[in-house]
Formats: sequence, C-alpha cells, structure tokens
Amino acid sequence: MFAAPMTPLDRIRNFAIIAHIDHGKSTLADRLIQACGGLSDREMKEQVLDSMEIERERGITIKAQTVRLNYKAKDGETYVLNLMDTPGHVDFAYEVSRSLAACEGSLLVVDASQGVEAQTLANVYQAIEANHEIVPVLNKIDLPAAEPERVKQQIEDVIGLDASTAIEISAKTGLNIEGVLEALVQRLPPPSGDSEAPLKALLVDSWYDQYLGVVILVRVKDGVLRVGQKIRLMSTGATHTIERVGVFTPKGVAVDELGPGEVGFITAGIKTVADCKVGDTITEERRPAAEPLPGFKPVQPVVFCGLFPVDAADYERLRDSLAKLRLNDASFEYEPETSAALGFGFRCGFLGLLHLEIIQERLEREFDLDLITTAPSVVYHVYKTDGTMVAIHNPVDMPDPVKIDRIEEPWISATIFVPDEYLGGILALCEERRGIQRDLTYAGNRAMVVYRLPLNEVVFDFYDRLKSISRGYASFDYHLDGYQEGDLVLMNILVNSEPVDALAIIVHRSKAEQRGRALCERLKDLIPRQLFQIAIQAAIGGRIIARETVKALRKDVLAKCYGGDVTRKRKLLEKQKEGKKRMRQFGKVEIPQSAFLAALKMGNQ
Amino acid sequence: MSFALYIHWPFCRSKCPYCDFNSHVRDSIDETGWRKALLAELDHFASETAGRELATVFFGGGTPSLMSPATVASILDRAAARWRLADDVEVTLEANPTSVEAEKFAGFHAAGVNRVSLGVQALDDVALRALGRRHDTAEAVRAVELARSRFRRWSFDLIYARPGQTVSDWARELDRALPLAGDHLSLYQLTIEPGTAFATAQARGELRLPDEDTAASLYELTQERLAAAGMPAYEVSNHARPGGECRHNLVYWRHQDYVGIGPGAHGRLTENGQTVATRQFRAPETWLDAVERQGHGTEERIALSSRETAEERLMMGLRLAEGVAREAVREAVDESRVRDLVEAGFLADDADRLRATAAGRQRLNAVIGTLLRSD
Repeated sequence: MFAAPMTPLDRIRNFAIIAHIDHGKSTLADRLIQACGGLSDREMKEQVLDSMEIERERGITIKAQTVRLNYKAKDGETYVLNLMDTPGHVDFAYEVSRSLAACEGSLLVVDASQGVEAQTLANVYQAIEANHEIVPVLNKIDLPAAEPERVKQQIEDVIGLDASTAIEISAKTGLNIEGVLEALVQRLPPPSGDSEAPLKALLVDSWYDQYLGVVILVRVKDGVLRVGQKIRLMSTGATHTIERVGVFTPKGVAVDELGPGEVGFITAGIKTVADCKVGDTITEERRPAAEPLPGFKPVQPVVFCGLFPVDAADYERLRDSLAKLRLNDASFEYEPETSAALGFGFRCGFLGLLHLEIIQERLEREFDLDLITTAPSVVYHVYKTDGTMVAIHNPVDMPDPVKIDRIEEPWISATIFVPDEYLGGILALCEERRGIQRDLTYAGNRAMVVYRLPLNEVVFDFYDRLKSISRGYASFDYHLDGYQEGDLVLMNILVNSEPVDALAIIVHRSKAEQRGRALCERLKDLIPRQLFQIAIQAAIGGRIIARETVKALRKDVLAKCYGGDVTRKRKLLEKQKEGKKRMRQFGKVEIPQSAFLAALKMGNQ
Repeated sequence: MSFALYIHWPFCRSKCPYCDFNSHVRDSIDETGWRKALLAELDHFASETAGRELATVFFGGGTPSLMSPATVASILDRAAARWRLADDVEVTLEANPTSVEAEKFAGFHAAGVNRVSLGVQALDDVALRALGRRHDTAEAVRAVELARSRFRRWSFDLIYARPGQTVSDWARELDRALPLAGDHLSLYQLTIEPGTAFATAQARGELRLPDEDTAASLYELTQERLAAAGMPAYEVSNHARPGGECRHNLVYWRHQDYVGIGPGAHGRLTENGQTVATRQFRAPETWLDAVERQGHGTEERIALSSRETAEERLMMGLRLAEGVAREAVREAVDESRVRDLVEAGFLADDADRLRATAAGRQRLNAVIGTLLRSD
C-alpha cells in the first residue's frame, strides 16, 4: 500500500476508447498499459480488461473497468491517464453513457481496412453528446488492406469529425503507441472540479467481489473521497461508511483519497450491486451536495423471456444461479413463473437480446444448467377501456381483449451499415419487419441506413436474418425511440383446443398467420403420433388462423414378445413410466414436454 | 396353473441379419458335453419344482433342429423322469426348413416331439436371400410337406413388412402360405433389433422399412386374410384354428410358470406367492462352465415385486385376444385412462377382464403406455 497524494487537475486526463468489435480496442488498451508500466510482461496477458470468459470470447465488455496509467510525457511532466473501458454494446447504452460522463475525451479507434461500423457510430454520437474531445485513431495500419485515406474520408463524411490529425497505429505491433499517449495529454482537456465543494462522485459501475463485497467504480467531480467518510447514495438516500479507497493500475491499489477529476474505486460494506445504481451520485452524509449529477435514470429491462430448466430437478439450482448472477448484475430481473407446459421456471427481464444471451450462456456454462427460453417479448403498454395502463411483458398476462382500448409497443431507431451488394436484402428485411426508412446514405461502397422499427420485430430472429443476408458484413445498432400504437394481438397455440401457455406470443396482426402457421408446422413434426388425433391450432381469440393435424397412430406394437423378452421389455416400461412424468396432458392425449422444448429451441435458432 | 419347460439350443449354421436371439455359430460342438450340461441344469430346476406336471416342452434357439434326435430324446426322457408329463403334453421343436433337418423329422418324432415350428420366413427366393436364410422356397415347401406327414401339428413363421414389400406382394405370399398351413401360423412384422446386421444397414441408410401407414395396411391385411381362413389372431403375431394355439407360448403370455434351461434362457416360477425371474448365463461357454462347476448356469434370480409382476402380466396379457384378468393387473393400471380407451375402441368393456380389441392390439405399445400407472 502506498499513499498517493491527490493529483492536480491539470495532470489528469480521463478517456474512453470507442471501437467496433474486432477493431482493436482491447489490444490498444493492453499496449497503453504496457507502455506506462502498469503491468510487468509476466503479468500481462492478452486483453487484460475483459476478465470474464464470455467477455473475452465475444470481444464484448460487459462491466466498465478502469486503469490508471502514469505517463511521463515529452514535456517532462508525469500525467495520470485514466482509461475507462466501457461496455461496447447497444444493450448497455445507458452504462456506456455513464462511463462516457466520467471522461473528458475519447479515442475513436477505427480499423483502417474495415472503416466505420454502426456500433462505432452510436458510441461516437454518445461521446459527442457528452462533449468529449474525440481523437480519431486508425488501427491495423500495418495490414496490406489498410486504406487510411479512405477511412479518414469516411470518418469525416459519416461522423463529421476532422480526421486530418488521426493517429495511425498498429496496436498489434505497438507502432506509434507513443503518439496516442501524447495526443491524450495534448489534445484532451483536463477535468475540472473543486476539492473544497461538497462531495459529488459519479457511480460509474459496481460489481461483486467475493472478498471485498461490492466494489464501486467512481469518478469524483467535486470534493474528496476518503476512508472512514460517511457517504450517501443520492437516488436511494442510503448511507454507508467507506472502508477502502483505491485505484486500478490495473491491479487494485489502496490510496488515501480521491480528489476531483480522479477515477478509482471504493468499498463501503455494501452487500449487493442492486443497491448501487449506475449513474447515481455519491455525496457526503455530513455535507451533501444540493443537486445530484445530471443523467441518472433507473435501469429498465427491455426484453423479457421465460427461462425453464430442461430437467425439472434443476429448478432450485437455476434459482440459486440467478441469485448469484444478480449479485453482480442488477440490470436483469427475475421472478418465479409457472408454466403448464414447461413446469417451474423464471420470468426474466434483460437490457436487450445480447444481455439475454449473455445471462443464458453464463447460466449454462458457469452453472452447468440446460435451459429453455420462451420467445423473447418486449414491454407492451396496454391501455384499458377504464383509462388505466398496464405494462405487459408476458403474453399470459394480457387482459381480456374487450377490456383493451389500445396497445402501444416500443419502437427503435436502428442504424445499419452494410456493403452495397447486400443493401437490397437488408432493406427488404426492414420493410418486412414493419420498418420505416428514415435515412439512406453512402460512404464509399458502404451504405448507412436508418430505420424506425418495432422492437418486437427485432427480438424475433432479426439479428440472425441480418447476419445471413449480409453474410456477416452488416453492423447494427439501435436506440429506443418511444412507444407507438400498434395493431397487436395475442396469439395462442392450442393443442386439442387447450392453449399451450409457453408458446403464446403477442404479435402484429399482419404477422400472426405466418408465425402461427410456422409454429403449428413445427409442432406437428415434433409431436409423435398417438392413439388419438391431435389438432394443433393457432388462434387469435376464438378465431383459428392456422391448423395442423398429427394423425392418430395406426400401428405400434412389438412383433415378438416371448418368455425370453419379458424382462427386457418390462425395463422399457420403466422408461416409459419415467417419460410419462414429463408428459403434459391435453384432453385425451399426453404430449411430451420435450416437444414444446424443441419447438422453443428451434424458435431461438 | 400350467407349467412349461423351455430348452435353449444356442447354435446356428449362420447368423441371420435380422436375428437378435441368443444364437452363435461354432465350427464344432461337443454335443455329448452339451447334452450332459442341459440334463444337469434340468435336474437342478426339477429339484426346485418337484412334483409338478409339465404341460408343454419347447426346444428353441438358435436352431434346435441341429441337435441329434438322440439328444432331444434324452432330454425328454429325463424331463419325464423328473417331473410328470401331462397326458396331452405339447412338445414343440423349432426347425429350419432345409432338407438336411427335415430328414431328422422322423427321429424327432420318435423322440417324443409332437409339434414342429418351421422358420420358413418367406415364400420368395429373393426375400429369403435378403433375410440371410440358407433355404429357398421350394426346399421350404418340401420341408413343410414332410412335417405335415410326420406331425399332427405344425406351424411355420413368415416375416412381413420387409424392405420394398407392398400390400399386394404380401397378399400373394399369404395366398401361397395358407394352403400349406396346419393349425397354426406365426406372422411377424420385420423389426430391426439393435446390434443386428440389419440395424447397421439401417443406420447407413441401406435398409428402408415400409412406413407406418404401409406397415399398418400390411398388418390389417394379415388379420383379415387369416380370420377369413379360419385362423384368427389369438395373439398379436400368432394365428391358429380353434384349439391349435401354441400352448407353450400361451404359458408366457398368461404369465404362468416356466423353467428355462440352456444359455440365456429365462424362467418364471411362483414361489410362496411371489414370481421369481431366472436368467441363465448368455454366452454358451460361460453357461457350460458354470453348469459343469455348479450344476446350473443361473446368472440372475430375482423376486419380482407385485407391481412388476402386474406390469408383466399387463404387457403380456394384452397381447392375447382373450386379454388378462383385471385383478391380476390392477396394480399396474391407471384406471382413470380405461374409459377413454374403451370409448375409442382400443379396449373391450369387460367387467372382469382387460382386453385389447384388434385395433388396440395393433397399437399395443401406445395402449399400454396410456394405461400404465406412472406414480
């Protein structure tokens, strides 16, 4: 432990890195850490910052992280450079905005052969909104395919930034890392703040550490944070006493205090991250700030789905695993849900589809659970004839249609970058998904289209279609863009006239028949023939819009069963009995739960 | 309660590609040694079931017609000495319809065999080759005719729903078969059993069985033709003129007692009101060693729970047209499902018997699945 004195404001530079996946953000971060001696070569492992396995595999940062670098600049002074690594995905747009609010500038990293992508653009706009000084960096300049001049032009055309002073580097080889560090010092403004003013620190992110409890990442705006201080979280009014103050180098190092402009962490005996809301303002209990920092909003899940264990015996384990994940990620919600078709599970809310996938994957991988997810649903605002509004994210909660005045659904504004040759297919996809074109521009041989789209059309296999149409070359980003009335209906799937709760969906009337038919056909193939004919129907209210029939079994009998076969065949009965326990009865027929599971699995593919 | 003896002869000249029975091909067989061992095991079981009367004896395999009539005779003589043989005892021997084996029919008859069951399998030379059989149609027909001249009762097996077989193909084959039939016919739908050559071929996509609808049509045709010929099904795959039923096999389906000797043979014996299931070592040499060492080759002897016994009775009894006593299967059956099945015409509405209708027998796996109590 060592005591670092508060750093003077003009020696601090706080910056974020904005980049598309694979454009080299993490590699650049590694080089910067190395160049400033943050870690020895021995400690250096590739992509230090993305510490979760899934983060590393997917190249996505989920939690914000910081690294404090000490850089001796050419002017002879030593500067503290705080690198803020932000979540890089649209699902975490709010978290990104808070990370950006903790910095004064950004490095805009663009692959010199690939050019600007949709994700880059969305984040750059956020950085511009946060009044950042933006330094364009062209990475992978060493590659033969690099076209720095074209990409600079594109940055100017598409983003409207002056790219003439863009820094050309290769993070992989370490080329011109010095240039990046010098630009940070020279081009980024130092932070401002008043160490004498009442404490105001931005809660950037938090996570659960099994030894330390909740660790909060902070950026001090005014005042000073020190051990023993009694703080208050302004959104909830909760008070805590600071136990530790420190910075990441990227190793955690204790310091005495953090002053204005500084970035670091505190611990304060807080038990769950749910109590630490991203964007909240931390102030001092004894001398609170009059106003919190601007921009705080509570996180609201956008996409919901049911999560059910394939094996009912895993229910308890799923519950415990969700609780463990939630310790570290307060942005997803869950509550118990019981389905007649799937048994016991949970209804979960997520920030977006990627967030859903990440949680599902972590449950399956880290907790070794085999899960089934029901079709993702957005949050509908259902206005009832009595003048009240209910937010519905589970089709089974849909009020009686006669009590509904109108239903509003969330829309998004989507930005898609795509090479020319796939543009036609992408436009067709957007139109098919009820999209309304807002903009179409070209930058070189790439088109940028902006569409308004209903979110419920996007949660249903939109990414997969986008990827396959563009052979993986399209990039996509969106932000929520308000609610709008839609002709939405509840579609039920009926098996022998009884609804299968897990397969109900809320869908636009124009899409109901198509979706209904697809589901009926799928189930028809999955449900084995039985003694009785099985009718599979899709229905809106009492109206049948699609129907399939599983014909009754005509022959199913063992040809031979003699004295030597009895034991073996009885053992088969044991299996049949086990299987019966997983059957769901619909009238006279029993449908294996596995058929519904398979129908949902296929739906997710 | 009838009491039966089954003797398993585990050897064949060659292994048929559809067969998953306990059959083995050996270059040479020490028949004297095998006879001694079978007799020893017979003695062993006889000492446990002393005083009972054998209603039926069945030589199965493998290919028991490869045994010498002398071996068959010594086993039957020993059985008669250890138990009592019923006056009308039914003694069946399975035989391949080749000329070599048919020549031994007189000897088997003299030994005490009074019924033969011939593995004809097809009356179509192409099909016989595909089924890996060593005889052709003409030879099989001669063997049936010889059996008819030697035995009062004879039966033969046919396999249908073979790859590529159509309903009219099968109708023609049945037309040829019926005039050859005695009091009994076994007509089996080809079933691909795991671990057989056919299973491998099927996995490779080289063997395609008729689909369910064709298989159903073939089965329905079989029922119609045989009923019209006065040989209705008394069991899923077995047809007889009245009184011509195989009494030995009825012992299995009625879940009565039987002793099984020889490699892989199974038995069911009632002891103190409980059913005991016996199983002999399956591998011929392992069984032989065990018998030589300890006088029997029993690998497993398990007392079944009353629930398991009821399940076996349900599974076997519903195969029979006569069904099964309700009381005997009460523990295995979910009574709440009976009504649906009766209404749908898969079960008959008898007060004291549970009986599958013809339509129910055709879908017996699903009927049993529905009836089975799972709690």
